[in-house]
Amino acid sequence: MAEPRVRVPSTAKQGEIIEIKTLISHPMETGHSRDVYGRLIPRHIIHTFTCTYNGEEVFRADWHPAMAANPYLAFYTVATESGRLRFEWIDDKGTVYATEAEITVA
Amino acid sequence: MQLRPRLPWREPAPGRRRSSTGILAGLLVLLGAACTGAGLLLAGELSPYTVEDRRSGYTYLSEENQRLQDDDFANPGLLWVEHGRALWHQADGPTGTSCASCHGDAAASMRGVRTRYPRFDPQRGKLINLEQQINRCREQRMQALPYPYESEALLALTTFVGWQSRGLPVHVSIDGPAQPFFEAGRAFYIQRRGQLDLACTHCHDQYAGQRLRGDVISQGQSNGFPIYRHTWQTLGSTHRMFAWCNTSVRAEPYPLGADEYVNLELFVAWRGRGLPVETPAVRR
Repeated sequence: MAEPRVRVPSTAKQGEIIEIKTLISHPMETGHSRDVYGRLIPRHIIHTFTCTYNGEEVFRADWHPAMAANPYLAFYTVATESGRLRFEWIDDKGTVYATEAEITVA
Repeated sequence: MQLRPRLPWREPAPGRRRSSTGILAGLLVLLGAACTGAGLLLAGELSPYTVEDRRSGYTYLSEENQRLQDDDFANPGLLWVEHGRALWHQADGPTGTSCASCHGDAAASMRGVRTRYPRFDPQRGKLINLEQQINRCREQRMQALPYPYESEALLALTTFVGWQSRGLPVHVSIDGPAQPFFEAGRAFYIQRRGQLDLACTHCHDQYAGQRLRGDVISQGQSNGFPIYRHTWQTLGSTHRMFAWCNTSVRAEPYPLGADEYVNLELFVAWRGRGLPVETPAVRR
């Protein structure tokens, strides 16, 4: 589907705590639901989310089937230097969804 | 099926949401209600969630869901708006044109469009809804294949176009050539159907505001469609909703895109006249 949505402040002061919001389209099938014929729908979830700041990992999340579809995640990190934030979501099928955002740190 | 604990239901006052940040919204509602009562609501002004005795589905939501719908980042329907934006600019078909080639900037050209659909289509001699209009443009102008009903692409484009009218009052035409189709829609609305032998009017007129098991029945307004529905964990169109309701009373649903549903769509839109377009709304 579409690109994952990410909201990062475009500028921040050195050492400032910034909030990053993410939203991605994904069915997040638990593996316990059944289709109209009564068959179990196989599990298909995003199991790992990572955020790297100029190559250095600053946030990682391990997800389990309790997350709802189209998962929303917000977290905080410290603005240290100008550069690029890279966000990656990896699901059970091995698909990697990625997007990037730039930040300018004064 | 396992029971899950639910938050206690808090019945919101009609037209107002109980939120500490809702003061401005409350003032807007009062202003809008006053203006509507005096016939002063100008075209293009934001519409309140309650108009006379017509209540948007928003007024039946929990505070958390109202906040989710209002969140300009986290509303899950916005994922489809973004996808629709990408499709709007994407060329398709042998002509190499996109929606943008003819319609330019959607924020300008599509503003107010969703408030007028479904409308009478002189070309086919019957009603046409927004999804069908998008497909018609694709077939006739772009020589591209129409999107299947309820496909991700069609949902995305319909939501993107609907989004351009957010806040504007629904205002469909039911006179002239649209009149017989409007009457057919009204007849559908009051017709009993299914094993449970219920018509739309029984739940949505007679029992609106009362409970159906653990749920509170809304008026069944369509001003928020396509909606992100938690029950579906995805976005869905009015026809998907009609088919769901029909299935729920154990009636055979019509195919998505059927004339019967488009006629019903016009009646339901008229039933919610004046309510704000909330596309993409969040519903249970």
